[in-house]
Amino acid sequence: MTMPGLIRSTTCYLGLMTVLTGLVYPLAVTAVAQSAFPRQANGSPVVLDGAVIGSELIGQSFTGPGYFHPRPSAAGADGYDAMASGGSNLGVTSQSANQTITTRLQAVRIPSTRVPIDLVTASGSGLDPHLSPEAALYQAGRVAAARQLRRERVEQLVRDHVEGPTAGLLGAPRVNVLRLNLALDAQTAD
Amino acid sequence: MRPDLTQLCVYVAGLMLLCPLLGIYLSRVLDPKAGPTPRLERWLYRCCGIDEQREQHWSEYLQSLLTLNVGGVLLLMSMLMLQGWLPLNPANTPGMSWHLALNTAVSFVTNTNWQSYAGESSVSALCQMLGLTLQNFLSPATGIAVLLAMIRGFTRVNTDRIGNYWVDMTRSVIWVLLPISCFTALLLVWQGVPQTFDARIVATTLEGSQQTIPLGAIASQEAIKMIGTNGGGYFNANSAHPYENPTPLSNMIEMLSILLLPGALVMMFGRMLDQPRQARALFVAMLIPLLLGVAICTWAEQQGNPFLIAAGADPAGGNMEGKEVRFGISGSSLFAVITTAASCGAVNAMHDSFTALGGLVPMVMIQLGEVIFGGVGSGLYVMLIFAVLTVFIAGLMVGRTPEYLGKKIEAREIKLVVFAALLPMPLGTLIVGATAIAFEAGRVGILNPGPHGLSELLYAYTSATGNNGSAFAGLSANTPFHNVLLTIAITIGRYLPIAAVLAIAGSLANKKRLPVSAGTFPTDRGLFVALLIGVILIVGALTYFPVLALGPVAEQLSATAGRQF
Repeated sequence: MTMPGLIRSTTCYLGLMTVLTGLVYPLAVTAVAQSAFPRQANGSPVVLDGAVIGSELIGQSFTGPGYFHPRPSAAGADGYDAMASGGSNLGVTSQSANQTITTRLQAVRIPSTRVPIDLVTASGSGLDPHLSPEAALYQAGRVAAARQLRRERVEQLVRDHVEGPTAGLLGAPRVNVLRLNLALDAQTAD
Repeated sequence: MRPDLTQLCVYVAGLMLLCPLLGIYLSRVLDPKAGPTPRLERWLYRCCGIDEQREQHWSEYLQSLLTLNVGGVLLLMSMLMLQGWLPLNPANTPGMSWHLALNTAVSFVTNTNWQSYAGESSVSALCQMLGLTLQNFLSPATGIAVLLAMIRGFTRVNTDRIGNYWVDMTRSVIWVLLPISCFTALLLVWQGVPQTFDARIVATTLEGSQQTIPLGAIASQEAIKMIGTNGGGYFNANSAHPYENPTPLSNMIEMLSILLLPGALVMMFGRMLDQPRQARALFVAMLIPLLLGVAICTWAEQQGNPFLIAAGADPAGGNMEGKEVRFGISGSSLFAVITTAASCGAVNAMHDSFTALGGLVPMVMIQLGEVIFGGVGSGLYVMLIFAVLTVFIAGLMVGRTPEYLGKKIEAREIKLVVFAALLPMPLGTLIVGATAIAFEAGRVGILNPGPHGLSELLYAYTSATGNNGSAFAGLSANTPFHNVLLTIAITIGRYLPIAAVLAIAGSLANKKRLPVSAGTFPTDRGLFVALLIGVILIVGALTYFPVLALGPVAEQLSATAGRQF
């Protein structure tokens, strides 16, 4: 093939492939996805009294004593900024990182217990919607006191919200913090 | 059974089941026995003025490949620089700087998908969909094309023709990458990955603050990102982001997607050669180092951070900094090893926050040359080069002219092997990497102090040269200095092997086939597998041990001794 011919073929090929992979492919997947799985395809929003309060999959910040707190977040300056996903990227031998985490740890530590590690470390996305069951149970005392509920009742609520490994095989047991706090609100309203 | 073992068993079983099946399909659609060209293909060739019947000499094959790649870089680079003026830009993202656009374009065209930027804030919806997705398809197709040419080098005799680049590309995109991606994308949507043209959700949280959550056509890009071992994420957090990877099941689907094609192409190789045992030997030689890496990485991450354990953290949790609860230690470590063994580079946990030993494993996986399954196509063609090197070394030991798959390996091939497998990785990782460290401009972007800082830089240049794309993301790489040097490393790591492999393919296709004799070294037995793994590990160890000793090894010893930086 001559050089001008080759350049013409290349240009045409890039154009046609752009249409096929950049337009036809995503449009076709969107069409099927929107009709087969509309909730997931639109980001699994959670609606309360007609207003969108977040997404089931995206963690959000909770700071009040009456709510279960999510993990620390390195997404954005204040954490849980969904426009700035990411982790701290700090390593194990970083003194400043270890100091920050130790300060968090001392703030939540109940004397003579060991603190669940996910409660004091930032996730990879900064948007982790989950806590380990241990990390949620660790906060039950504080939440129960702030809500003036019996501690056993709050602990039971956590246990009711534990999602096990998928099919008993994949992933770690976890609790969705937004779902748990919604249930907590519903229970207190009763 | 322990959860990490259960998951590994599910994974390996899935791979063993899917790869041979897909291998059958691949050999049918990529190497069809004579028959009419399907209409869609024929129409495409007519439009572009391509004569699909005409086979190419290796140099012409390479020329077509380079032209399409250069064209792709120019197209993508101009789109990224001009995105501020182009439509479909709901967030009013401005155009990229020339050096970021160059780095991003070369990175996506070469299947590296290193990202010096954060996807949610730096790339418009138009560029994500039209620009990046196109290269997500074309770059693995290029890998498959070069592999097909290499295989023809072994299957053909006395010819200087090794196939037609355009035909190999087109078949790979239309019959392999597109259908598998459509299916995978829908599986991912089912699990919760968004696929919409809405730009965002604006929510008022339970505590009353505003949260803006970006959406988009994420699942379609996510699917080809894994299937094509691309790895370039829609979001900055990549597959750690709950919208890219929402559940443990989606995590399993993504991990299987990464090694699906690299594994299936090995099986296809066996069928095209009509010697499935040869392919199985290579598959095993890939699987053993992979499992070894998974074991070490998982163990290291389970040990946790000794400084935090001393401060009162529960040691049972392991090292959870930078990891997601839904994947846990085992789902994160397994993903990290798979994504670096294949030249994928997607991450579901931040490798920078791994323990020193846990972070060493992904780095070594890349440094071994991306042959532990490796990238789509590229993994196997470089593995075949290592196989040639292994029979050459075995031949030296017994004083016999080496041969592989019936082709005599002579001086010309061995010289080319140096350029295909031995030279590129050290050149990009060590020479270009050392240049980066030598200048102040290269060191300012380092986030972590102490030996971990060296690991950050080393990882960046390893990842670029290996066309992997994952990062110790603490390094701020979006500077003219790093963007340009990384582009050089990426180019060396991609095109030096491709040119040498095509030259070898041309040279092998020209030879006659030797009959198997009593003196032939059997390359489908355990002895060969052991030798091959040995050659890969020894070449890697000799090249990288000194620099690894200064980075991750020094950090691990410091952590054990209780020293922080």
